[in-house]
Amino acid sequence: MAVIICTSCTTTDDGIGDYIPTPSRLEVPTLFEENIIPPIIPSSNLQTEEGVALGKLLFFDPILSSNNTLACADCHATANAFTDPDRFSDGIDGRRGTRNAMPLFNLAWNYNERFLWDGSAFSLEQQAFAPVTNPIEMNSTWQAVVDKLKQDTTYPELFRKAFGTAGIDSIRVTKAIAQFERTLISSNSKFDQFLRGQTTLTPQELNGFDVFMDEARGDCFHCHGSDKNPLWTDNAFHNNGLDTTFKDLGLGAVTGDPADNGKFRSPSLRNLAFTAPYMHDGRFNTLDEVINHYSDGLKPSSTIDPLMKKVALGGVGLSPTDKADLKAFLLSLSDFNFTNASKSQP
Amino acid sequence: MKTHTLLILALLSIALACNDDETSPQTTSSSTITFNMEHTWDDTTVSSNDFNTLKFANANGETMSITKLRYLISNITFTPTNGETITLEGYELIDLTNNTNLNTGILGRIPNGTYSNISFTFGFNNADNYNNNYQDLNSALWNVPGLLGGGYHYMQLEGKFIDNTTTEKGYAYHAIRAVDNSGDTQKFEDTFFTVNLGSTTISKDTTFNIAMNIAEWFKTPNTWDLNVLNTMLMPNFDAQLLMFQNGQNVFNLKSID
Ligand code: HEC
Ligand code: HEC
Repeated sequence: MAVIICTSCTTTDDGIGDYIPTPSRLEVPTLFEENIIPPIIPSSNLQTEEGVALGKLLFFDPILSSNNTLACADCHATANAFTDPDRFSDGIDGRRGTRNAMPLFNLAWNYNERFLWDGSAFSLEQQAFAPVTNPIEMNSTWQAVVDKLKQDTTYPELFRKAFGTAGIDSIRVTKAIAQFERTLISSNSKFDQFLRGQTTLTPQELNGFDVFMDEARGDCFHCHGSDKNPLWTDNAFHNNGLDTTFKDLGLGAVTGDPADNGKFRSPSLRNLAFTAPYMHDGRFNTLDEVINHYSDGLKPSSTIDPLMKKVALGGVGLSPTDKADLKAFLLSLSDFNFTNASKSQP
Repeated sequence: MKTHTLLILALLSIALACNDDETSPQTTSSSTITFNMEHTWDDTTVSSNDFNTLKFANANGETMSITKLRYLISNITFTPTNGETITLEGYELIDLTNNTNLNTGILGRIPNGTYSNISFTFGFNNADNYNNNYQDLNSALWNVPGLLGGGYHYMQLEGKFIDNTTTEKGYAYHAIRAVDNSGDTQKFEDTFFTVNLGSTTISKDTTFNIAMNIAEWFKTPNTWDLNVLNTMLMPNFDAQLLMFQNGQNVFNLKSID
């Protein structure tokens, strides 16, 4: 592959001819390398330094929206682990959706590549097509966006360098953004440091981890992972007992199978310190509300996951100490390096 | 419906083929072995299409559904009538829920000949369970919590049932190595088991069609009462032993093609 590119590329970099972008490997963190299988990088969109840099620029640039006011980063803010602190994000004309924005990290390890709360997007490249034209998001057209980018003073050259030849189209825009998104890797929480032997946990955090791992108490690990899986999610779809009847069918609307109604993708529990509010509709403002839900607030329905126990009683009824400790443990999964804004903004 | 095919490939044949200083007939004297896992509820075939519906009746009389079925087999072993036992490297996580095998498959090829027994292990033996960190299994969230000794699940069978108050409830029939945490020191008892498929002669590429009768997990010798044993079974030492006992009758060799 590399050989073919080299021999076919005869021009020097004079700004018009072809260019060879520099391959850039994803930096796979130690705990990921040791414990889980490698990330998914599509062979049709390999990471390059120029591609990632361009994707980052586009992600933070409101040029993708119809009136140049809204960037991806406005709903996916660095300080919030790339999500929106608002329950429902303000779209371009102040219009709002019905789902909470999702944080963006460790996306290359979503092995099944089912993205969004309901799994309706099948890759990062495909997902990135949607916000630009979504009326409640950037409300633009691809034609308009591509025209603006072509007229820009810097973008044409950046696209040429990222893709080897001149030219801008929607496919290249989404490829570059996806490359950038794959570099958003979070692996340095206090709990990661603990696993790497670099710090110790408090007795509360340790007990909280036991509650999380105990099938008779939290039993969170079956869906949200453990010390053996640094993703803290199975990236699969479940109904975790939020409602008896569903306003939003979630996965069921995508598959058409009533057995999937009310199922949403398990989110990662990393970075909860920055990602409130919680759940697909952002209904819970605090982790206390989340924990009370699992402990005492479960609602029966035909698709509720079998792992939700004692549903008739609302849940297993955790003790106040276990609840507080579980919260302390959950917060130890937050990675303050990751949200350090200066590192991520262009 | 896709059945689970376990392809046992090239490694041994490569090893044999390497003896190229002899004009050996050996290159043709080994065969590919395929394990094809099928699933039934007694005599009725079960696939993921049958999931999520309360359509099964267990031995204790409850109506129940299946929402998830994943289990692990390992240590596929061939015992020749003479010569050394051959155990294939690797393991297979069979996931009926998604109709997939979540790992790379067991690699091997078996010399032709007569075998007095062919067997596999349901779950992992202790060496395999505790001595390795399996990245594919960790990625599938297949681990057993450290509190329960660590290692991996052997099976996750989940679904719903109608309890004796006619309420729909969930069950999570998860099989692991039995552990008793009630005393000062953890007490373990082995619950993996060997499934013997009997003797056969291998002279060509061969498929073993093996059926798991899911109903048996609830039937013999222990009539399983989901009203009592439904969830939180991993830390339940006695429940794990009951699963182990019922597991003995679950697998059957249906045919060899
Ligand atoms: C108006 C706010 C808004 C804007 C602008 C926006 N998003 Fe989102 N994003 C959301 C919401 C809300 C969701 C969840 C939607 C759902 O699941 O239905 C989401 C989900 C995602 C996801 C899925 C993450 C996962 O783990 O499945 C990705 C990736 C993403 N957005 C990338 C982008 C990119 C790239 C852009 C810019 C091209 C962008 N977003 C612009 C609000 C926004
Ligand atoms: C059966 C699988 C399952 C189990 C078990 C489970 N969860 Fe969840 N969790 C989910 C799903 C699915 C969602 C998203 C639900 C939605 O938004 O509709 C979720 C959402 C969450 C969220 C919100 C995260 C966010 O970014 O919005 C938190 C926090 C959480 N779970 C913590 C826990 C804790 C703590 C436990 C154990 C007490 C637990 N979960 C057990 C599947 C599960």
